[in-house]
Parts: sequence; structure tokens; C-alpha cells
Amino acid sequence: MAQAATIAAERKWSRVESVPKGMTGDHTAAEAMRQINPDVLAAYPITPQTEIVERFAEFVADGEVTTEFVAVESEHSALSACCGAAASGARAMTCTSSQGLALMHEITYIAAGQRLPIVMVLVNRALSAPINIHCDHSDGMGSRDCGWIQLYCHDAQEVYDTTIQAVRIAEHPDVMLPVLVTLDGFVTSHDMERVETLPDEAVKAFVGEYNAPYNLLDSKHPVTAGIMAPPTVYFEHKIAQERALRRAERVIEEIAREYEQLSGRYVGPVETYGLDDAEVVVVGLSTGADTARVAAERVRARGIKAGVVRIHQFRPLPVSAITSLLAGRKVVAVLDRAQSLGAAGAPLFSDIRTAMYDQANRPAIVSYVYGLGGRDLTVDQVSAVFEHLAAPSFDASDQATQTYIGARE
Amino acid sequence: MDTTPVRLRDLAKIEERFVSGHRLCASCPESILMRMVTLALGDRPAVITNATSCLEVSTSVYPYTTWKTSWYHNAFENSAAIASGVEAAKNALTRSGKLTEDHAIIAIGGDGGTYDIGFQALSGMAERGHKVLYICYDNEAYMNTGIQRSGATPFGAWTSTSYAGSAFQGKREGWRKDMVSIMAAHGCQYVAQTTVGHWRDAITKIRKALATDGPSFIAVLSPCFRGWRFNTDQTIEIAKLAVETNFWPLYEVEKGVWKLNGSPREPKPIEEFLKPQGRFAHFFRPGGEPLIEEWRKQIDTKYKQLLARVEASKAMPIY
Repeated sequence: MAQAATIAAERKWSRVESVPKGMTGDHTAAEAMRQINPDVLAAYPITPQTEIVERFAEFVADGEVTTEFVAVESEHSALSACCGAAASGARAMTCTSSQGLALMHEITYIAAGQRLPIVMVLVNRALSAPINIHCDHSDGMGSRDCGWIQLYCHDAQEVYDTTIQAVRIAEHPDVMLPVLVTLDGFVTSHDMERVETLPDEAVKAFVGEYNAPYNLLDSKHPVTAGIMAPPTVYFEHKIAQERALRRAERVIEEIAREYEQLSGRYVGPVETYGLDDAEVVVVGLSTGADTARVAAERVRARGIKAGVVRIHQFRPLPVSAITSLLAGRKVVAVLDRAQSLGAAGAPLFSDIRTAMYDQANRPAIVSYVYGLGGRDLTVDQVSAVFEHLAAPSFDASDQATQTYIGARE
Repeated sequence: MDTTPVRLRDLAKIEERFVSGHRLCASCPESILMRMVTLALGDRPAVITNATSCLEVSTSVYPYTTWKTSWYHNAFENSAAIASGVEAAKNALTRSGKLTEDHAIIAIGGDGGTYDIGFQALSGMAERGHKVLYICYDNEAYMNTGIQRSGATPFGAWTSTSYAGSAFQGKREGWRKDMVSIMAAHGCQYVAQTTVGHWRDAITKIRKALATDGPSFIAVLSPCFRGWRFNTDQTIEIAKLAVETNFWPLYEVEKGVWKLNGSPREPKPIEEFLKPQGRFAHFFRPGGEPLIEEWRKQIDTKYKQLLARVEASKAMPIY
């Protein structure tokens, strides 16, 4: 497992033993939220996120959290209530899927623009129409420009670790941005996995107390928030957001190192497999990249120098890590679980190809779209992709702009 | 909170928290209302949430502010939802010992942000019982975008999306949404309607609402000279005529009991309210009489229904 250039942890932590449990991805997210014990949680049920809200409501009913749980009448109001709470100096969280994120869309931009450190867990699900409750990344990709830090997780353990770190990242004075933590609908959200969790006290100490720099409830220093910015100042507000997202790269790494000290577990911006000598590399997100890793192991036994880059930190995109990992490879295949309809390419593919454009020794970069609406991605399918790309006869100029895996065409 | 009758000499001692220098029009009822809101607050700390609207854009142009109390705008349709979040934060921070003051939380929206696009969030806020006062400044159309019809626009009124043309004469879809009854039906402990022309009534009602242990709602008729087409010196006069003609009776619903707050002994003819307003000019052109007749019938019926509710709920508080 390769790691990005090491940035030192900001604070020192003593190692604490984690306890293994069997939990689904949704229950793991809820467990992390219970330990974080946010001031306010406002959420609305939607498949496959529902079990997070249900489990958290149990914690509320049993007095296991002191959180003010606002059972709102829509996702739009869920994120709106989080904005109101965060602007009031409270630590606020929410969770959703698919149509819920689409309904929040307007407010996602506002939460980022107002620099409100809200943490949201997104259980990725296909967007309508046609309606479909299963996994793809069209919901998250529809929000990729909303200005949130976006961390894609591949298993329940990573959901747990990332959700806890997300609170610190969001509230860091150099960042002050909302954070999205995602997991694959059903594949991760409803699958029972072994998850190691920290003691409650360790999580409480790690996330610490939130002290907002400004706060509506500070009557000695009343604030006007959510202002109207005319053309003379709007531009600079938006540039400040981009700079904060870039600053977040360092902060995410520092907090990951702190968390590693505490838990012994580290999640970097990218996770890699086989890159020591890989000529053919698959780049993907979440569980699709895990399937690619198993496929890479399999085709390596047949002599193909296969590698995988799983992007965890989708926003801010770790551009320098990506270029240094991919430059000089023969072929890179980017696996997208979403389309960008009518665009030059699928979302992750467009990002990767753009990031690589200025590299002198850039590889051929091809695009595959898989798994829309919960269609399974198999190891055999990704193995076939590796074999196709590694074949002496492979010519990138013959490759379709966007190749679909496992679809009837 | 003190709910004794308000007196001008007491109000004069209160520091206003809505100050001059804003970009609202001359004669705008919104600034009149916001001054009354901060006077009703006295020295109580407050957080005001504001839906996107004339009031919002005119009082928060960066880097200036009109507000000397905490004020927060997020979007058009979610003033009630963000206020719900502020209240949740207040409860959580009070419980954890970080907050000791009892802030008043006031959500504000225009009629578009209340009757139409913000209706769901308002309904949710009321149903969940957040201790928030929602004030709708009701100028009966989307004034910020240029006088388009809303659910609060009354029957027959000209707006820029309900023209008085040769085929149709102003808003033709129906009377107007009865928002106060809808909020009373939510079980809010205090619901009322008033106008910017009745300062004592308005401030008393705001203070009563702020003393309520739960969600409360006040609709404030706010005549807009630009949209209603009258002169800038007539804002208060038109508001008074709305009450004197029974178009907008002053009433409140306190714990389910409906009460009139003074009503005209003999209502003035509705023409006195309609005639000074350019939005009803077609009522007074040849062929306009059926529109006036419809108004007479509507106002007569609605007022009788109101009296019946007052009678029926007497001594029958539902809480």
C-alpha cells in the first residue's frame, strides 16, 4: 500500500486498541455518529441510507447521545437545518442518498459557500429516472462541483475511520468546509463486515469540541451571515473557496496521520496496488476499485503487470499524487460508475485525463463505465479489461470513447 | 416576556436593532415591520432568519449590514428550516452548558417564501414544534422579482404574471390562500394577522408570539407601493383601509381560541380599499363591476366565517 508524501501529524496521540464488531456499512456510519455525538443531526429517510437514521434514532431514544435530532420533512430541510445549526456554532451532521442529495443540491452549494463545517454521509445510489434504489455514483457525481470535500470509502471500516476524521477536517480553521463521506449503496451499506471501533472516549477526545469562529448565538458579537455579494466581491468569495479546498489537502493528510497514531489505521488520498511495476493501471472509486484489485491479482498470475489506484479523496482531487503514480504507465483505464451525459467523458475519467494532460510521459487513458443502477461488476469483467489493455494488439486509438462493461448495447 | 399593552414612551427607550442605510424603497412596509420586530424584542438576544426576498437583498449587501442582531439568510424556501436548525443548536448548546441566554428565534419570509415555495419547510417547522416565531410580511406578490402573482395575491389583482388583459382580468385562479387558518390548523399555540399600519396591535402580537412555548405565526399585511400601485405616502393608509373594509381583519388564534382584535363597527365599502391601488384599476373600468361584486361576496363570507369561528371556539381552548 503506497502512501502520499508524508506530512506530519499536527498533534500526538497514544495508540488505543480497537474492538472488532460485525456491522453493516450503514450501522457503522451510525456508530461513528453516536461516538461523535454531534450537537444536531437533521436527516430524512431514503433507501439505502435509511438504516443510518433508524439506528441513530434508537441511540436518541435510548439516551446514548445528547444530539438534538431534527426529523425533518425533506432532505432540503435536512441540510437547511444543518446550515442553521452550524451557523449557530453547533456541530451538525446529516446523511442521505440519491434523490435526497439531488433535493439538497441547492443547499450543498450554500453550505460550502458559507463555509459551514457540516459532515454528511452519502450512501451512493442511482438517480432517477428510471427509479432505481441500487448503487451507482450518479448522485455524488451530480454534486462534484458543489465545493464539498468528498471522500469515497470502499468498506465499512473506512466509513468509520473517515467519518470520525471528517469532523476534524471540516472544522479545521484552514478549511471550514463541509465534508461528504460516501459508501456504496447496498454493497457496503447493507453488507455485514468486520469493523474495528475505537472506545467512545478516544473518539470524543479525537474530535474534540467545536468552537466556531463566528456564531449566530453569540449575542455579544451579533453577525450578519448569508450576505448578498455584488459583482464587485462575489468572485473573490468563490476563489477563497477553491483555495480552502486546496489547503484541505494538507489538513486531510495531517489528520489522517493523527488518526493513524490513535488507531493504527491510515486512509490516504489514494490507495494503490501493484504500482511498483504496473504497466496497465485501473483507476476507480470505492468497491469497484476493490473488484479491480482482485482482478489485478488474478491477471498478474498470468504475467500481466496490472495495478490499481483507488481514489479515496475525490475532492480535492489529489492531482500531484495521481500524476506521479500514473505517469510513465502504458495504459490507464478509468472506471466510472456514472456517466456525464453529453460531455467529453465520464466524471472520473475526465478528471484523470485532465490531470495527466501536461505529463510528458502520459499513458494512453481510456474510459469504462460500469455498474449503473446496481449492475454487478465482476472480477472476470475487470480481468478482461486488463487483458484487453495488455494485449500487444491493443491500440488506444481504436478504443471507443466510452466503453460499457456488462451492458447490453 | 412582558405582554402588557405597549406604549410609545416605553418603546422610545429601546435600542432599535434595524438601522438606517438599507436599500429598501421609500415607504417600504418591511422596514417599518422590522423596526417593530426589534422593538418587540426589547433587549432580548435574538437570531433572525430571512428567506431570500426584498428585505434580505436590501439589508445585507456586503460589506454592509442593517442588522444589529444576529441575522442569517440561506435560501428562498428554507427560512423555517434554517430557523429549526438554529433552535436545535440553541437547545443542544444550552444542554451542554455552552449557552445560557434565551435567544428569541424569528424566521421571516415574504408571501412567496411563506405561502408558496417555503410552505413545506414552514409546515414541518410547525409540526415539529420548534420554538420559533415565523413572521410573513405579506405584500401579496413576488415583489423582489418584479410583482409576479403568488398564493397570496387576491382574486382579480393585476400582477406581471396576471395581467388585466382583454381575455382575462387579473388573477383568475381563485381568492387567496388562507395561511393563517392553515397555521392555526397545525396546532400552533399562537397565530395572528395584523398589518404594518397597526403598530400597537402588531407589537403586542409579536410579543405574545415570542412568549409562546412553541411555534407561532403572524401574517402582516404589508402594502407595497411598487406592486400595488399607490403613492409612497399611502402605505399606512392602505393598511388601515384593508382592516376598515374587513379585507384583512385583525385577529388572533390563541391556544385554539379565535379572537377579533377590534373590528370596524360599520365596515367601509370595499371600493375604498380597491380604488387607490393601480393593481385594481381594471375593476373600475367598464365591465369591472363583477370583479368588485366577487370581492364583496368573498369578504362578506370570509368575515362571517371568522365570526363563526370566534363564537365556536369561545371558552374552548384546545391546549
